Amino acid sequence: MADPMRIRATAQPDGVEVRVLMSHEMETGQRRDGSGNLVPAHFIQTVTVTHSGKTVLSADWGPAVAKNPYMQFKFQGGKKGDELTVTWVDSKGETRTDKAIIN
Amino acid sequence: MIGCRRDFLKLTGVFGALATIGVLSLEEALAQQAAWNKAAFETKSLNDTIKALGGAGVTQSADIAINAPDIAENGAVVPVGVASKIPNTQAVYILVEKNPNSLAAGFRIPAGTEPNVTTRIKMGQTSNVHAVIKAGDKFFIATKEVKVTLGGCGG
Repeated sequence: MADPMRIRATAQPDGVEVRVLMSHEMETGQRRDGSGNLVPAHFIQTVTVTHSGKTVLSADWGPAVAKNPYMQFKFQGGKKGDELTVTWVDSKGETRTDKAIIN
Repeated sequence: MIGCRRDFLKLTGVFGALATIGVLSLEEALAQQAAWNKAAFETKSLNDTIKALGGAGVTQSADIAINAPDIAENGAVVPVGVASKIPNTQAVYILVEKNPNSLAAGFRIPAGTEPNVTTRIKMGQTSNVHAVIKAGDKFFIATKEVKVTLGGCGG
């Protein structure tokens, strides 16, 4: 269903900057299709980012997050070569996990 | 537990998801879904949303910076960044006053992560964007008006 997430994690002097681009329709449930029927809501609800087994960010989203969601944040304690894991779960219970190496 | 068709569809969707790529077990995915604060995403007014998030009220704060365009050309994709200088910031919430439901996104900030997040949201029309910060038991707020030339709710 979804394309892999694009994750860029860069170690900077004051922390690791993480930028994630996810592939997801983020359907609000308010749009109508060509025949006039409501397209059902289908959107990412939770996102979790972990590093060394520790959660460095968790997010709760609603359908108002834009399609193909983008997220950026920074955390301390990571270094180049470490692995970062990003997981999302959406309103249908579908889920996707991708990993990236901090560079 | 299957109270209505929507719940039934959700369950069958989850069983279908077993076949999809996912590292989470069924129990973990269901647990994450259950933990999602549904009530907070269904409120319309600022006060109702704060209550659903566990707050009694909000205090204006100059220590919250909202980085968003004055005019967003495309309401379907509005970049919004929130940076908090409030000590012990635990969560950052982004609310759009005039959207059908006020709360767009919430981010929980563990110790060691900067209370500074950026994402992109949908705005149905020109509206105030509120950044709400939870620090300890207290909630703080800052507001910026973002004008929208083309609304983003797909209407």
